[in-house]
Amino acid sequence: MSAEQTHLNDPAPLATRSASPWGRWGIRSAAVIYLGFIVVLPLSAILRNGLGGGLAAFWSDILNPTAFAALKLTLTMAVIVTLINAVMGTLTAYVLVRYPFPGRGLFNTIIDMPFAIPTLVTGVMLVALYGPQRTLGAWLTSHGIQVIFATPGVVLALLVITYPFVIRTVQPVLMETERGQEEAAYTLGASKWTTFRRVVLPAISPAIITGSLLSFARALGEFGSVVVVAGNIPGRTLTAPVYVYGQIESQNQRGASSMSILLLGLSFALILLVEWMQSRKDTGHVAI
Amino acid sequence: MSQSEALLRATEAEGATQGETSGSSLTALRLGGEGRSRKRGPSSRVFESILISIAVLYAAGLLIAPLVAIVWGSLAEGINAFASQVTSADALSSFKLTLIMAAGATLINTVFGLCIAWVLVRDKFWGRRIINGLVDMPFAVSPVIAGFMLILLFGRTGWLTHITEALGIKVVFALPGILLATIFISLPFVIREVAPVLSQVNPDQESAAHTMGASPLQTFWHVTLPAIRWGLLYGVSLTFARAVGEIGAVLVVSGGVSRLTETSTLFIFRSLDDRNYVGANAMSVVLAAMSFLILIVIEFFKKRTEEH
Repeated sequence: MSAEQTHLNDPAPLATRSASPWGRWGIRSAAVIYLGFIVVLPLSAILRNGLGGGLAAFWSDILNPTAFAALKLTLTMAVIVTLINAVMGTLTAYVLVRYPFPGRGLFNTIIDMPFAIPTLVTGVMLVALYGPQRTLGAWLTSHGIQVIFATPGVVLALLVITYPFVIRTVQPVLMETERGQEEAAYTLGASKWTTFRRVVLPAISPAIITGSLLSFARALGEFGSVVVVAGNIPGRTLTAPVYVYGQIESQNQRGASSMSILLLGLSFALILLVEWMQSRKDTGHVAI
Repeated sequence: MSQSEALLRATEAEGATQGETSGSSLTALRLGGEGRSRKRGPSSRVFESILISIAVLYAAGLLIAPLVAIVWGSLAEGINAFASQVTSADALSSFKLTLIMAAGATLINTVFGLCIAWVLVRDKFWGRRIINGLVDMPFAVSPVIAGFMLILLFGRTGWLTHITEALGIKVVFALPGILLATIFISLPFVIREVAPVLSQVNPDQESAAHTMGASPLQTFWHVTLPAIRWGLLYGVSLTFARAVGEIGAVLVVSGGVSRLTETSTLFIFRSLDDRNYVGANAMSVVLAAMSFLILIVIEFFKKRTEEH
Protein backbone atom coordinates (compact mmCIF):
# COMPACT_ATOMS: atom_id res chain seq x y z
CA MET A 1 0.00 0.00 0.00
CA SER A 2 2.66 2.49 1.00
CA ALA A 3 4.80 1.40 -1.91
CA GLU A 4 1.90 2.10 -4.26
CA GLN A 5 1.49 5.52 -2.80
CA THR A 6 5.10 6.50 -3.36
CA HIS A 7 4.66 5.42 -6.94
CA LEU A 8 1.67 7.63 -7.35
CA ASN A 9 3.30 10.61 -5.70
CA ASP A 10 6.58 10.33 -7.48
CA PRO A 11 6.46 9.40 -11.16
CA ALA A 12 10.23 9.55 -11.54
CA PRO A 13 11.08 6.05 -10.33
CA LEU A 14 8.40 4.62 -12.62
CA ALA A 15 9.90 6.35 -15.63
CA THR A 16 13.38 5.18 -14.86
CA ARG A 17 12.07 1.68 -14.51
CA SER A 18 10.45 1.74 -17.93
CA ALA A 19 13.58 0.46 -19.63
CA SER A 20 15.95 -1.98 -18.02
CA PRO A 21 19.44 -0.55 -17.42
CA TRP A 22 20.78 -2.83 -20.13
CA GLY A 23 18.31 -1.55 -22.68
CA ARG A 24 18.98 2.06 -21.66
CA TRP A 25 22.73 1.64 -22.00
CA GLY A 26 22.30 -0.27 -25.25
CA ILE A 27 20.24 2.48 -26.89
CA ARG A 28 22.47 5.23 -25.52
CA SER A 29 25.61 3.53 -26.86
CA ALA A 30 23.97 2.88 -30.22
CA ALA A 31 23.08 6.58 -30.50
CA VAL A 32 26.52 7.80 -29.43
CA ILE A 33 28.50 5.35 -31.57
CA TYR A 34 26.35 6.01 -34.63
CA LEU A 35 26.65 9.79 -34.38
CA GLY A 36 30.34 9.43 -33.59
CA PHE A 37 30.95 7.42 -36.71
CA ILE A 38 28.63 9.24 -39.12
CA VAL A 39 29.08 12.85 -37.93
CA VAL A 40 31.98 13.39 -35.51
CA LEU A 41 34.66 11.32 -37.23
CA PRO A 42 34.20 12.92 -40.69
CA LEU A 43 34.05 16.39 -39.12
CA SER A 44 37.28 15.88 -37.23
CA ALA A 45 38.94 14.66 -40.43
CA ILE A 46 38.04 17.89 -42.20
CA LEU A 47 39.03 20.10 -39.25
CA ARG A 48 42.38 18.31 -38.96
CA ASN A 49 43.01 18.62 -42.68
CA GLY A 50 42.08 22.30 -42.95
CA LEU A 51 43.61 23.59 -39.72
CA GLY A 52 46.53 21.13 -39.53
CA GLY A 53 48.78 23.53 -41.43
CA GLY A 54 48.15 26.34 -38.94
CA LEU A 55 45.85 29.35 -39.04
CA ALA A 56 48.08 31.30 -41.42
CA ALA A 57 47.80 28.59 -44.05
CA PHE A 58 44.04 28.42 -43.45
CA TRP A 59 43.59 32.15 -44.08
CA SER A 60 45.84 32.16 -47.10
CA ASP A 61 43.64 29.42 -48.58
CA ILE A 62 40.55 31.56 -47.99
CA LEU A 63 42.13 34.82 -49.21
CA ASN A 64 43.42 33.36 -52.45
CA PRO A 65 41.70 35.50 -55.17
CA THR A 66 39.53 32.75 -56.70
CA ALA A 67 38.47 31.41 -53.31
CA PHE A 68 37.72 34.87 -51.94
CA ALA A 69 35.72 35.87 -55.02
CA ALA A 70 33.70 32.64 -54.70
CA LEU A 71 33.05 33.32 -51.03
CA LYS A 72 32.02 36.91 -51.74
CA LEU A 73 29.67 35.80 -54.52
CA THR A 74 28.06 33.14 -52.32
CA LEU A 75 27.51 35.59 -49.46
CA THR A 76 26.11 38.28 -51.80
CA MET A 77 23.74 35.84 -53.49
CA ALA A 78 22.61 34.46 -50.12
CA VAL A 79 21.86 37.97 -48.80
CA ILE A 80 19.86 38.95 -51.92
CA VAL A 81 17.89 35.70 -51.88
CA THR A 82 17.21 35.94 -48.15
CA LEU A 83 15.85 39.50 -48.47
CA ILE A 84 13.54 38.50 -51.34
CA ASN A 85 12.40 35.46 -49.36
CA ALA A 86 11.65 37.55 -46.28
CA VAL A 87 9.28 39.79 -48.27
CA MET A 88 7.71 37.24 -50.63
CA GLY A 89 7.56 34.50 -48.00
CA THR A 90 5.73 36.75 -45.55
CA LEU A 91 3.32 37.90 -48.25
CA THR A 92 2.62 34.33 -49.35
CA ALA A 93 2.12 33.10 -45.80
CA TYR A 94 -0.24 36.01 -45.10
CA VAL A 95 -2.29 35.32 -48.20
CA LEU A 96 -2.44 31.60 -47.40
CA VAL A 97 -3.62 32.13 -43.83
CA ARG A 98 -5.91 35.13 -44.14
CA TYR A 99 -7.57 35.01 -47.56
CA PRO A 100 -9.64 32.05 -48.65
CA PHE A 101 -9.44 31.64 -52.42
CA PRO A 102 -10.11 28.75 -54.80
CA GLY A 103 -7.07 26.47 -55.13
CA ARG A 104 -5.62 27.44 -51.77
CA GLY A 105 -5.18 23.81 -50.67
CA LEU A 106 -3.32 22.94 -53.85
CA PHE A 107 -1.16 26.04 -53.51
CA ASN A 108 -0.32 25.03 -49.95
CA THR A 109 0.87 21.61 -51.17
CA ILE A 110 2.94 23.03 -54.02
CA ILE A 111 4.94 25.15 -51.56
CA ASP A 112 6.79 22.05 -50.30
CA MET A 113 7.78 21.11 -53.85
CA PRO A 114 11.36 22.42 -53.61
CA PHE A 115 11.90 20.16 -50.57
CA ALA A 116 10.86 17.10 -52.56
CA ILE A 117 12.36 17.76 -56.00
CA PRO A 118 16.08 16.94 -56.31
CA THR A 119 18.11 20.15 -56.45
CA LEU A 120 19.91 19.03 -59.59
CA VAL A 121 16.52 18.59 -61.28
CA THR A 122 15.65 22.15 -60.24
CA GLY A 123 18.79 23.32 -62.04
CA VAL A 124 17.93 21.33 -65.18
CA MET A 125 14.41 22.80 -65.09
CA LEU A 126 15.72 26.35 -64.97
CA VAL A 127 18.05 25.65 -67.90
CA ALA A 128 15.08 24.19 -69.80
CA LEU A 129 13.20 27.46 -69.25
CA TYR A 130 15.89 30.14 -69.44
CA GLY A 131 18.65 28.38 -71.41
CA PRO A 132 19.91 30.46 -74.36
CA GLN A 133 18.45 28.01 -76.91
CA ARG A 134 14.96 28.06 -75.35
CA THR A 135 12.17 30.40 -76.40
CA LEU A 136 12.08 32.47 -73.22
CA GLY A 137 15.86 32.34 -72.81
CA ALA A 138 16.45 33.44 -76.41
CA TRP A 139 13.98 36.30 -76.04
CA LEU A 140 15.66 37.49 -72.85
CA THR A 141 19.13 37.20 -74.41
CA SER A 142 18.01 39.30 -77.38
CA HIS A 143 16.99 41.96 -74.86
CA GLY A 144 20.40 41.85 -73.22
CA ILE A 145 19.43 39.76 -70.18
CA GLN A 146 21.45 36.64 -69.65
CA VAL A 147 20.03 34.37 -66.97
CA ILE A 148 21.73 31.00 -67.36
CA PHE A 149 25.54 30.93 -66.86
CA ALA A 150 25.23 34.31 -65.12
CA THR A 151 24.38 35.58 -61.64
CA PRO A 152 20.60 35.98 -62.27
CA GLY A 153 20.51 32.22 -62.80
CA VAL A 154 22.19 31.65 -59.44
CA VAL A 155 19.67 33.94 -57.72
CA LEU A 156 16.76 32.13 -59.41
CA ALA A 157 18.08 28.70 -58.46
CA LEU A 158 18.57 29.74 -54.84
CA LEU A 159 15.11 31.38 -54.76
CA VAL A 160 13.50 28.09 -55.83
CA ILE A 161 15.53 25.99 -53.40
CA THR A 162 14.83 28.22 -50.37
CA TYR A 163 11.24 29.11 -51.31
CA PRO A 164 9.45 27.19 -48.50
CA PHE A 165 11.49 28.30 -45.46
CA VAL A 166 9.98 31.69 -44.56
CA ILE A 167 6.46 30.62 -45.57
CA ARG A 168 6.61 27.50 -43.41
CA THR A 169 7.93 29.32 -40.34
CA VAL A 170 5.56 32.32 -40.58
CA GLN A 171 2.39 30.37 -41.45
CA PRO A 172 1.84 28.61 -38.07
CA VAL A 173 2.55 31.81 -36.10
CA LEU A 174 0.13 33.79 -38.22
CA MET A 175 -2.53 31.11 -37.64
CA GLU A 176 -2.15 31.54 -33.89
CA THR A 177 -2.33 35.34 -33.79
CA GLU A 178 -5.86 36.56 -33.40
CA ARG A 179 -7.47 38.17 -36.32
CA GLY A 180 -9.55 40.28 -33.97
CA GLN A 181 -6.66 42.61 -33.17
CA GLU A 182 -6.15 43.34 -36.82
CA GLU A 183 -9.83 44.00 -37.36
CA ALA A 184 -9.94 46.24 -34.31
CA ALA A 185 -7.06 48.38 -35.54
CA TYR A 186 -8.56 48.52 -39.00
CA THR A 187 -12.02 49.40 -37.71
CA LEU A 188 -10.53 52.22 -35.66
CA GLY A 189 -9.31 53.78 -38.86
CA ALA A 190 -5.75 52.53 -39.20
CA SER A 191 -4.76 51.96 -42.82
CA LYS A 192 -4.06 48.42 -44.03
CA TRP A 193 -0.36 49.14 -44.08
CA THR A 194 -0.33 50.67 -40.59
CA THR A 195 -2.35 47.73 -39.27
CA PHE A 196 0.12 45.31 -40.76
CA ARG A 197 3.17 47.22 -39.55
CA ARG A 198 1.93 47.90 -36.01
CA VAL A 199 -0.19 44.82 -35.24
CA VAL A 200 0.77 41.87 -37.45
CA LEU A 201 4.47 42.43 -38.04
CA PRO A 202 5.57 42.53 -34.37
CA ALA A 203 3.87 39.16 -33.79
CA ILE A 204 5.44 37.40 -36.75
CA SER A 205 8.84 39.06 -36.99
CA PRO A 206 10.68 36.37 -34.95
CA ALA A 207 9.29 33.77 -37.35
CA ILE A 208 10.37 35.85 -40.36
CA ILE A 209 13.90 36.10 -38.93
CA THR A 210 14.02 32.37 -38.21
CA GLY A 211 12.89 31.45 -41.72
CA SER A 212 15.29 33.96 -43.27
CA LEU A 213 18.26 32.61 -41.32
CA LEU A 214 17.40 29.06 -42.35
CA SER A 215 17.14 30.04 -46.00
CA PHE A 216 20.45 31.92 -45.70
CA ALA A 217 22.16 28.82 -44.29
CA ARG A 218 20.66 26.69 -47.06
CA ALA A 219 21.75 29.15 -49.75
CA LEU A 220 25.34 29.11 -48.47
CA GLY A 221 25.72 25.38 -49.08
CA GLU A 222 23.61 24.87 -52.21
CA PHE A 223 25.36 22.86 -54.92
CA GLY A 224 23.12 20.72 -57.15
CA SER A 225 21.04 23.47 -58.75
CA VAL A 226 23.79 26.10 -58.84
CA VAL A 227 26.38 23.90 -60.53
CA VAL A 228 24.02 23.46 -63.49
CA VAL A 229 22.88 27.07 -63.98
CA ALA A 230 25.90 29.11 -62.89
CA GLY A 231 28.41 28.25 -65.61
CA ASN A 232 31.02 28.25 -62.82
CA ILE A 233 33.37 30.87 -64.26
CA PRO A 234 36.09 31.50 -61.64
CA GLY A 235 35.88 35.01 -60.23
CA ARG A 236 32.46 35.62 -61.79
CA THR A 237 29.90 32.88 -61.33
CA LEU A 238 31.80 30.31 -59.28
CA THR A 239 30.15 29.92 -55.86
CA ALA A 240 31.93 28.65 -52.76
CA PRO A 241 30.46 25.10 -52.71
CA VAL A 242 31.26 24.67 -56.41
CA TYR A 243 34.75 26.01 -55.69
CA VAL A 244 35.14 23.29 -53.03
CA TYR A 245 34.07 20.70 -55.60
CA GLY A 246 36.67 22.01 -58.07
CA GLN A 247 39.43 21.84 -55.45
CA ILE A 248 38.52 18.24 -54.59
CA GLU A 249 38.62 17.27 -58.26
CA SER A 250 42.03 18.93 -58.71
CA GLN A 251 43.38 17.17 -55.60
CA ASN A 252 43.89 20.37 -53.60
CA GLN A 253 42.54 18.85 -50.41
CA ARG A 254 43.69 21.54 -48.00
CA GLY A 255 42.19 24.35 -50.04
CA ALA A 256 38.91 22.43 -50.13
CA SER A 257 39.07 21.81 -46.38
CA SER A 258 39.71 25.44 -45.48
CA MET A 259 36.74 26.73 -47.48
CA SER A 260 34.59 23.86 -46.16
CA ILE A 261 35.41 24.74 -42.56
CA LEU A 262 34.47 28.38 -43.11
CA LEU A 263 31.14 27.52 -44.79
CA LEU A 264 30.36 24.87 -42.23
CA GLY A 265 31.13 27.15 -39.28
CA LEU A 266 28.90 29.89 -40.72
CA SER A 267 25.92 27.61 -41.34
CA PHE A 268 26.27 25.83 -38.03
CA ALA A 269 26.40 29.15 -36.14
CA LEU A 270 23.22 30.24 -37.95
CA ILE A 271 21.42 27.00 -37.15
CA LEU A 272 22.42 27.19 -33.48
CA LEU A 273 21.15 30.79 -33.43
CA VAL A 274 17.80 29.62 -34.81
CA GLU A 275 17.55 26.81 -32.22
CA TRP A 276 18.36 29.28 -29.46
CA MET A 277 15.69 31.71 -30.69
CA GLN A 278 13.13 28.93 -30.88
CA SER A 279 13.92 27.57 -27.43
CA ARG A 280 13.61 31.10 -26.03
CA LYS A 281 10.23 31.49 -27.69
CA ASP A 282 9.10 28.12 -26.30
CA THR A 283 9.99 29.02 -22.73
CA GLY A 284 8.19 32.30 -23.25
CA HIS A 285 5.03 30.40 -24.11
CA VAL A 286 5.33 28.26 -20.98
CA ALA A 287 5.81 31.33 -18.81
CA ILE A 288 2.66 32.95 -20.18
CA MET B 1 -16.23 35.67 -31.97
CA SER B 2 -13.95 34.65 -29.13
CA GLN B 3 -14.25 36.21 -25.72
CA SER B 4 -10.91 37.97 -25.82
CA GLU B 5 -11.71 39.37 -29.20
CA ALA B 6 -14.97 40.81 -27.90
CA LEU B 7 -13.15 42.19 -24.89
CA LEU B 8 -10.52 43.75 -27.06
CA ARG B 9 -13.10 45.37 -29.27
CA ALA B 10 -14.91 46.65 -26.24
CA THR B 11 -11.83 48.27 -24.74
CA GLU B 12 -10.79 49.76 -28.03
CA ALA B 13 -14.27 51.15 -28.48
CA GLU B 14 -14.14 52.63 -25.00
CA GLY B 15 -10.99 54.49 -25.84
CA ALA B 16 -12.51 55.80 -29.01
CA THR B 17 -15.62 57.16 -27.36
CA GLN B 18 -13.64 58.73 -24.53
CA GLY B 19 -15.09 56.80 -21.66
CA GLU B 20 -18.66 56.25 -22.78
CA THR B 21 -19.36 52.79 -21.49
CA SER B 22 -23.06 52.20 -21.92
CA GLY B 23 -23.96 48.99 -23.70
CA SER B 24 -26.00 50.69 -26.37
CA SER B 25 -23.20 52.98 -27.46
CA LEU B 26 -20.90 49.95 -27.69
CA THR B 27 -23.27 48.15 -30.00
CA ALA B 28 -23.75 51.28 -32.01
CA LEU B 29 -20.04 51.67 -32.34
CA ARG B 30 -19.55 48.11 -33.41
CA LEU B 31 -22.29 48.47 -35.96
CA GLY B 32 -20.70 51.69 -37.11
CA GLY B 33 -17.38 49.93 -37.39
CA GLU B 34 -18.85 47.16 -39.48
CA GLY B 35 -20.59 49.70 -41.60
CA ARG B 36 -17.31 51.42 -42.25
CA SER B 37 -15.55 48.22 -43.18
CA ARG B 38 -18.44 47.38 -45.47
CA LYS B 39 -18.00 50.77 -47.11
CA ARG B 40 -14.35 49.92 -47.63
CA GLY B 41 -15.43 46.52 -48.97
CA PRO B 42 -14.78 46.85 -52.72
CA SER B 43 -11.40 48.52 -52.36
CA SER B 44 -10.26 45.98 -49.76
CA ARG B 45 -11.41 43.18 -52.05
CA VAL B 46 -9.28 44.65 -54.83
CA PHE B 47 -6.36 44.88 -52.41
CA GLU B 48 -6.95 41.27 -51.38
CA SER B 49 -6.94 39.99 -54.94
CA ILE B 50 -3.80 41.97 -55.76
CA LEU B 51 -1.97 40.28 -52.86
CA ILE B 52 -3.30 36.85 -53.85
CA SER B 53 -2.23 37.42 -57.46
CA ILE B 54 1.28 38.44 -56.45
CA ALA B 55 1.71 35.32 -54.29
CA VAL B 56 0.24 32.96 -56.90
CA LEU B 57 2.12 34.49 -59.85
CA TYR B 58 5.41 34.44 -57.95
CA ALA B 59 4.94 30.73 -57.13
CA ALA B 60 3.84 29.96 -60.67
CA GLY B 61 6.83 31.74 -62.20
CA LEU B 62 9.32 30.25 -59.80
CA LEU B 63 8.03 26.68 -59.46
CA ILE B 64 5.51 25.84 -62.16
CA ALA B 65 7.00 27.50 -65.26
CA PRO B 66 10.32 25.58 -65.02
CA LEU B 67 8.35 22.37 -64.49
CA VAL B 68 6.33 22.96 -67.64
CA ALA B 69 9.51 23.86 -69.54
CA ILE B 70 11.25 20.64 -68.60
CA VAL B 71 8.30 18.42 -69.52
CA TRP B 72 8.15 20.29 -72.81
CA GLY B 73 11.91 19.94 -73.30
CA SER B 74 11.94 16.22 -72.59
CA LEU B 75 9.28 15.70 -75.26
CA ALA B 76 11.01 18.02 -77.75
CA GLU B 77 12.13 15.08 -79.88
CA GLY B 78 8.94 13.13 -79.47
CA ILE B 79 7.59 10.65 -76.98
CA ASN B 80 9.68 7.85 -78.48
CA ALA B 81 12.97 9.67 -77.82
CA PHE B 82 11.79 10.24 -74.26
CA ALA B 83 10.90 6.57 -73.80
CA SER B 84 14.15 5.29 -75.29
CA GLN B 85 16.19 7.61 -73.04
CA VAL B 86 14.36 6.55 -69.91
CA THR B 87 14.50 2.84 -70.71
CA SER B 88 18.16 2.78 -71.82
CA ALA B 89 20.32 0.32 -69.88
CA ASP B 90 22.29 3.15 -68.23
CA ALA B 91 19.16 4.96 -67.14
CA LEU B 92 17.46 1.85 -65.77
CA SER B 93 20.48 0.68 -63.81
CA SER B 94 21.00 4.19 -62.39
CA PHE B 95 17.37 4.29 -61.31
CA LYS B 96 17.67 0.91 -59.64
CA LEU B 97 20.81 1.98 -57.79
CA THR B 98 19.13 5.19 -56.62
CA LEU B 99 16.19 3.26 -55.18
CA ILE B 100 18.43 0.70 -53.44
CA MET B 101 20.70 3.35 -51.91
CA ALA B 102 17.77 5.51 -50.81
CA ALA B 103 15.98 2.52 -49.27
CA GLY B 104 19.15 1.38 -47.48
CA ALA B 105 19.94 4.84 -46.11
CA THR B 106 16.32 5.31 -45.02
CA LEU B 107 16.24 1.96 -43.21
CA ILE B 108 19.50 2.59 -41.32
CA ASN B 109 18.56 6.17 -40.45
CA THR B 110 15.15 5.02 -39.23
CA VAL B 111 16.57 2.42 -36.83
CA PHE B 112 19.31 4.65 -35.42
CA GLY B 113 17.13 7.74 -35.67
CA LEU B 114 14.63 6.12 -33.30
CA CYS B 115 17.45 5.36 -30.84
CA ILE B 116 18.74 8.94 -31.01
CA ALA B 117 15.26 10.43 -30.67
CA TRP B 118 14.69 8.24 -27.62
CA VAL B 119 17.96 9.39 -26.04
CA LEU B 120 17.05 13.04 -26.74
CA VAL B 121 13.57 12.77 -25.22
CA ARG B 122 13.78 10.12 -22.49
CA ASP B 123 17.38 9.64 -21.44
CA LYS B 124 18.51 12.05 -18.72
CA PHE B 125 22.11 11.87 -19.81
CA TRP B 126 24.75 14.62 -19.68
CA GLY B 127 25.68 14.32 -23.38
CA ARG B 128 22.16 15.08 -24.59
CA ARG B 129 22.83 18.69 -25.57
CA ILE B 130 25.91 17.69 -27.57
CA ILE B 131 23.89 15.01 -29.35
CA ASN B 132 21.20 17.57 -30.10
CA GLY B 133 23.75 19.86 -31.76
CA LEU B 134 25.40 17.03 -33.69
CA VAL B 135 22.06 15.99 -35.16
CA ASP B 136 21.78 19.39 -36.88
CA MET B 137 25.25 19.16 -38.37
CA PRO B 138 24.20 17.48 -41.67
CA PHE B 139 21.81 20.40 -42.35
CA ALA B 140 24.71 22.83 -41.92
CA VAL B 141 27.14 20.92 -44.09
CA SER B 142 27.02 21.51 -47.84
CA PRO B 143 26.53 18.12 -49.56
CA VAL B 144 29.82 18.47 -51.46
CA ILE B 145 31.59 18.87 -48.14
CA ALA B 146 29.84 15.76 -46.83
CA GLY B 147 31.25 13.74 -49.71
CA PHE B 148 34.66 15.32 -49.25
CA MET B 149 34.77 14.25 -45.60
CA LEU B 150 34.35 10.64 -46.72
CA ILE B 151 37.28 11.03 -49.11
CA LEU B 152 39.40 12.34 -46.25
CA LEU B 153 38.44 9.27 -44.20
CA PHE B 154 38.47 6.54 -46.82
CA GLY B 155 40.41 8.00 -49.79
CA ARG B 156 43.95 7.09 -50.83
CA THR B 157 45.62 8.67 -47.79
CA GLY B 158 42.55 8.51 -45.55
CA TRP B 159 42.45 7.95 -41.80
CA LEU B 160 40.59 4.65 -42.01
CA THR B 161 41.84 3.41 -45.38
CA HIS B 162 44.23 0.83 -43.94
CA ILE B 163 41.39 -0.69 -41.90
CA THR B 164 38.99 -0.95 -44.84
CA GLU B 165 41.80 -2.26 -47.06
CA ALA B 166 42.64 -4.95 -44.51
CA LEU B 167 38.98 -5.91 -44.53
CA GLY B 168 38.97 -5.91 -48.32
CA ILE B 169 36.27 -3.24 -48.59
CA LYS B 170 36.48 -0.41 -51.07
CA VAL B 171 34.51 2.59 -49.80
CA VAL B 172 35.31 5.61 -51.96
CA PHE B 173 34.38 5.32 -55.66
CA ALA B 174 32.24 2.32 -54.70
CA LEU B 175 28.77 1.58 -53.34
CA PRO B 176 29.61 1.78 -49.58
CA GLY B 177 30.76 5.38 -50.13
CA ILE B 178 27.49 6.29 -51.86
CA LEU B 179 25.51 4.69 -49.06
CA LEU B 180 27.52 6.49 -46.34
CA ALA B 181 27.15 9.83 -48.13
CA THR B 182 23.39 9.32 -48.48
CA ILE B 183 23.09 8.31 -44.83
CA PHE B 184 24.95 11.43 -43.70
CA ILE B 185 22.89 13.97 -45.63
CA SER B 186 19.51 12.43 -44.68
CA LEU B 187 20.32 11.76 -41.02
CA PRO B 188 18.32 14.48 -39.18
CA PHE B 189 14.81 13.97 -40.61
CA VAL B 190 13.58 10.94 -38.63
CA ILE B 191 15.05 12.31 -35.40
CA ARG B 192 13.59 15.80 -35.86
CA GLU B 193 10.11 14.44 -36.67
CA VAL B 194 9.99 11.65 -34.06
CA ALA B 195 11.40 13.56 -31.07
CA PRO B 196 8.50 16.04 -30.67
CA VAL B 197 5.90 13.28 -31.10
CA LEU B 198 7.72 11.00 -28.68
CA SER B 199 7.83 13.73 -26.04
CA GLN B 200 4.00 13.77 -26.14
CA VAL B 201 3.81 10.07 -25.25
CA ASN B 202 3.32 9.52 -21.54
CA PRO B 203 6.17 7.35 -20.19
CA ASP B 204 3.77 5.91 -17.58
CA GLN B 205 2.02 3.93 -20.31
CA GLU B 206 5.31 2.31 -21.23
CA SER B 207 6.05 1.64 -17.54
CA ALA B 208 2.64 0.09 -17.12
CA ALA B 209 3.22 -2.30 -20.03
CA HIS B 210 6.63 -3.10 -18.63
CA THR B 211 5.32 -3.78 -15.12
CA MET B 212 2.70 -6.08 -16.57
CA GLY B 213 5.48 -8.21 -17.97
CA ALA B 214 5.98 -6.94 -21.52
CA SER B 215 9.54 -7.09 -22.82
CA PRO B 216 11.09 -3.76 -23.90
CA LEU B 217 10.64 -4.77 -27.53
CA GLN B 218 6.98 -5.67 -26.97
CA THR B 219 6.46 -2.40 -25.12
CA PHE B 220 7.96 -0.47 -28.01
CA TRP B 221 5.96 -2.39 -30.59
CA HIS B 222 2.55 -2.27 -28.90
CA VAL B 223 2.67 0.97 -26.90
CA THR B 224 5.26 3.45 -28.21
CA LEU B 225 5.20 2.74 -31.94
CA PRO B 226 1.42 3.16 -32.42
CA ALA B 227 1.65 6.52 -30.67
CA ILE B 228 4.51 7.87 -32.79
CA ARG B 229 3.67 6.18 -36.10
CA TRP B 230 2.55 9.23 -38.12
CA GLY B 231 5.50 11.33 -37.06
CA LEU B 232 7.81 8.42 -37.82
CA LEU B 233 6.32 7.86 -41.28
CA TYR B 234 6.55 11.60 -41.99
CA GLY B 235 10.24 11.53 -41.07
CA VAL B 236 10.82 8.37 -43.10
CA SER B 237 9.24 9.86 -46.22
CA LEU B 238 11.30 13.06 -45.88
CA THR B 239 14.46 10.94 -45.49
CA PHE B 240 13.64 8.94 -48.60
CA ALA B 241 12.89 12.06 -50.67
CA ARG B 242 16.18 13.65 -49.65
CA ALA B 243 18.11 10.43 -50.30
CA VAL B 244 16.69 10.01 -53.81
CA GLY B 245 17.61 13.54 -54.83
CA GLU B 246 21.15 13.76 -53.48
CA ILE B 247 23.83 14.92 -55.91
CA GLY B 248 26.70 16.86 -54.29
CA ALA B 249 27.83 14.25 -51.77
CA VAL B 250 27.34 11.34 -54.15
CA LEU B 251 29.12 13.13 -57.00
CA VAL B 252 32.30 13.46 -54.96
CA VAL B 253 32.48 9.87 -53.67
CA SER B 254 30.96 7.78 -56.45
CA GLY B 255 33.51 8.01 -59.25
CA GLY B 256 30.48 7.85 -61.56
CA VAL B 257 31.13 4.56 -63.35
CA SER B 258 28.02 4.09 -65.48
CA ARG B 259 25.95 1.00 -64.63
CA LEU B 260 28.06 0.45 -61.48
CA THR B 261 28.20 3.51 -59.27
CA GLU B 262 25.97 5.91 -61.18
CA THR B 263 22.77 7.03 -59.48
CA SER B 264 19.97 8.77 -61.37
CA THR B 265 21.15 12.24 -60.41
CA LEU B 266 24.67 11.33 -61.58
CA PHE B 267 23.14 10.05 -64.81
CA ILE B 268 21.58 13.50 -65.32
CA PHE B 269 24.88 15.19 -64.47
CA ARG B 270 26.79 13.06 -67.01
CA SER B 271 24.09 13.56 -69.67
CA LEU B 272 24.46 17.34 -69.29
CA ASP B 273 28.23 17.02 -69.70
CA ASP B 274 27.71 14.90 -72.81
CA ARG B 275 25.20 17.46 -74.14
CA ASN B 276 22.55 14.76 -74.13
CA TYR B 277 19.84 17.24 -73.12
CA VAL B 278 16.90 15.01 -74.00
CA GLY B 279 18.33 12.31 -71.74
CA ALA B 280 18.96 14.78 -68.90
CA ASN B 281 15.49 16.26 -69.26
CA ALA B 282 13.80 12.86 -69.49
CA MET B 283 15.45 11.50 -66.34
CA SER B 284 14.73 14.80 -64.57
CA VAL B 285 11.05 14.44 -65.44
CA VAL B 286 11.06 10.89 -64.05
CA LEU B 287 12.70 12.03 -60.79
CA ALA B 288 10.37 15.02 -60.56
CA ALA B 289 7.34 12.77 -61.03
CA MET B 290 8.62 10.46 -58.33
CA SER B 291 9.21 13.44 -56.02
CA PHE B 292 5.59 14.46 -56.56
CA LEU B 293 4.40 11.04 -55.47
CA ILE B 294 6.62 11.24 -52.40
CA LEU B 295 5.37 14.77 -51.74
CA ILE B 296 1.76 13.58 -51.72
CA VAL B 297 2.73 10.85 -49.24
CA ILE B 298 4.65 13.42 -47.14
CA GLU B 299 1.66 15.79 -47.03
CA PHE B 300 -0.62 12.92 -45.99
CA PHE B 301 1.67 11.90 -43.11
CA LYS B 302 2.20 15.52 -42.11
CA LYS B 303 -1.52 16.10 -41.81
CA ARG B 304 -1.89 12.94 -39.74
CA THR B 305 1.00 13.99 -37.48
CA GLU B 306 -0.59 17.38 -36.88
CA GLU B 307 -3.99 15.82 -36.14
CA HIS B 308 -2.62 13.54 -33.43
